Amino acid sequence: MTEHDSLPPDRRDADSLPPDERDAGAPPDADAGGSGDDVPDAGTTGEGTPSASPGGSMSGAPAEAGPAADPGTSSEGATAEGTPLLSVEHLRMLFPIKAGLLVDRQVGQVHAVDDVSFALYEGETLGIVGESGCGKTTLIRVLVRLLDATSGAIRFRGRDITRSGRRELAPIRREMQMVFQDPQASLNPRKRVGQILATPLRLRGVPREQVARESRELLQRVGMAGDVLNRFPHEFSGGQRQRIGIARALAVDPRLILLDEPVSALDVSIQAQVINLLDELQDEFRLSYVFVAHDLSVVRHVSDRIVVMYLGKLMEVSPAEQLYSKPIHPYTQALLGAIPIPDPRVNRSRQRAVISGEPPNPINPPSGCRFHTRCPHATEVCRTIEPPLTEYAGGHLAACHHPQNVTAGEVAAATRSDQSPLSAGAEGPSLIAAGDGRETSATAPVQR
Amino acid sequence: MSVISGQSPGQGPGELGEGFDAGFESEGQLPPGVGPWKLAWRRLRRNRVAMFFGFVFLLIVVVCLLAPVYSTDIAHIGPNYGNPTGTFTLNGKTQFVLSQIGIPIGPTWDIHHYFLGADDQGRDVAVRLLYGGRTSLMIGAVATLITMIIGTLLGVFAGYFRGWWDAILRSANDVVWTYPAVLLGITIGTVLNIHGIGPLHGTNALVPAVVIGFVYVPYVFRPVRGQVLTLRERDFVDAARQQGLSHWRIMTSEILPNLSSTIVVFVPLIMANSILLEAGLTYLGAGVQPPNASWGTMISDGINNDIPTAFHNVLIPGLMLVIAVMSINIFGDGLRDALDPRSKIRVAR
Repeated sequence: MTEHDSLPPDRRDADSLPPDERDAGAPPDADAGGSGDDVPDAGTTGEGTPSASPGGSMSGAPAEAGPAADPGTSSEGATAEGTPLLSVEHLRMLFPIKAGLLVDRQVGQVHAVDDVSFALYEGETLGIVGESGCGKTTLIRVLVRLLDATSGAIRFRGRDITRSGRRELAPIRREMQMVFQDPQASLNPRKRVGQILATPLRLRGVPREQVARESRELLQRVGMAGDVLNRFPHEFSGGQRQRIGIARALAVDPRLILLDEPVSALDVSIQAQVINLLDELQDEFRLSYVFVAHDLSVVRHVSDRIVVMYLGKLMEVSPAEQLYSKPIHPYTQALLGAIPIPDPRVNRSRQRAVISGEPPNPINPPSGCRFHTRCPHATEVCRTIEPPLTEYAGGHLAACHHPQNVTAGEVAAATRSDQSPLSAGAEGPSLIAAGDGRETSATAPVQR
Repeated sequence: MSVISGQSPGQGPGELGEGFDAGFESEGQLPPGVGPWKLAWRRLRRNRVAMFFGFVFLLIVVVCLLAPVYSTDIAHIGPNYGNPTGTFTLNGKTQFVLSQIGIPIGPTWDIHHYFLGADDQGRDVAVRLLYGGRTSLMIGAVATLITMIIGTLLGVFAGYFRGWWDAILRSANDVVWTYPAVLLGITIGTVLNIHGIGPLHGTNALVPAVVIGFVYVPYVFRPVRGQVLTLRERDFVDAARQQGLSHWRIMTSEILPNLSSTIVVFVPLIMANSILLEAGLTYLGAGVQPPNASWGTMISDGINNDIPTAFHNVLIPGLMLVIAVMSINIFGDGLRDALDPRSKIRVAR
């Protein structure tokens, strides 16, 4: 408790800045238990930086931690109760394709994100994986309102921000930050590090005299020397630049950070460092992450839950470990089969679900299930009816008519999730599978 | 205590400008990093040729600025003082400014008396050359200033907002671009000379400056707009947008600094072209109006009156023009190479 009182006043004020954050922060959701566990730890490992635990400054969090504590939820994630931090409802982002001699006329649409729904709870890390061009980055950009969604809703703490103007968004943007893929491109080459960090610090309301000090602390917090404020981005290595990018995101003291392939531009050894840093920061500042990647092993390490996307649609949403031990969707199986295994003998002996070809053109996505053109299990029903997201036991969702790795009993017990796309068929795989007869007990051995 | 500054309502993003680079120098920081400007200066300094011609141009500017000193204290004659019947003493001998048949005296190489000779009206060519240089350089500078400001403003605006504004501005600039610069300059210059807008009328030397500045706007607008179009898609602009900075702040603090080297590169190139266009327009009668001196008027007068008898009256201002323009251009090329070794910026024509 005492360490919360010893917080620098400006940090604490910044915490209480957005009025609705206080309200939302008060009801103890499941992760408040986590803060009870983590805060003392953060206090000791914080290397004496006084700003080490601003997340804990949600007043009274430790007091409420006891009854709400349920350490299991932080790993299982999906079962967290209360208003989600971020929820997405039937979000669509269609890019019009225009052509015409004098007057542009719309000749088609790129279905970048097509009816996607999910929720993210406080303290959780949601991984988003998928091939290149499946809409991951577009989704992130829509979420931070760099792009305006075609339809659907984005809610932050239950508040619809899909159409909010710049002024309305300002407090929300302070809670929701983004880290970009290419650390070189995301830092202005004409600005010194100090200037890059000063912008968000001033946005947070840090007085001018303290900007330099806070910048130094931020840099130290992301594992850099604090004495480089005079330097330009080109004077740093890729990993250091990404740390600066993370520091910039942290500067406004956010609750949620959306990471757009934050490590894919870095060396493998640096990747590990940055991911560990993100892990530490999450514990320390009670951050939630949306972590986009195409590298499944990276996502596995950081995520509580994982969303698998294909051609703008959700294929599978699953608690992280379950996705790897028990992939339900054939596409997920194929993705897992593509993970390289260092040991060549193990690699040769494993059974891989291989899919061939390129993803279809998102301008004319396939009818029915988007994956049916490449799916080894596809049948007639896949071509005609879009499968709804079906909820299996343990918060495991998959959109497939021919679910893998599930028993007939599990299929029978599964229900249609309300996160299903609006255009999806009403019937879950139980009915279809029964009618089909072939895949009813689709209990193929786990393919890993 | 708890509400120090975080919630003060006036804390809009627009008011953040002042404090951004406050106090980094303090408290145990490493020495400042080597920024783009410093790197460019190092490269430029290594370019001996560019530095030499930069120095030549600087010399021309300084000497021309000292024209009044030369006129009053050394030559004791004004730039527009015609003295066709006058005489002066050179090395103990009496000389006529104009000979009996009206041929002006050639260069005497005596800085007190008609150093570079006289023109057909008995005016001191050296004094007129310096005053003319002042006018020409002033017109070049003002025209460049106008071009750069308007071209950059419109270019950033059009490139950043795109859409209708972009379409309108682009079309307007294309119209100006399509006209030959000299033809457009003559048209506007003549109209302004005759009718005038406010102070811009008659023999005011601002008339050609404004005309030339206007004519060259598309030469800056187009590349600036193009660069803004690519800059606005860069991640760091998205990062600024994502943090909720206003359009104005993004344009001034994210995009403009990245345009600065382009803008700086354009300054000498546009200036050289402006000085040349001034001479051209003046020769055609739409630029600087007599009796004011400029390199253009001197060449024009010389060609009309002195070619057979005193060709130095054409040669000398022409030579000055060539040297000045050439040194700006060579220096500008060096500057371009120093600021962005990869860039291919050229001003056509």
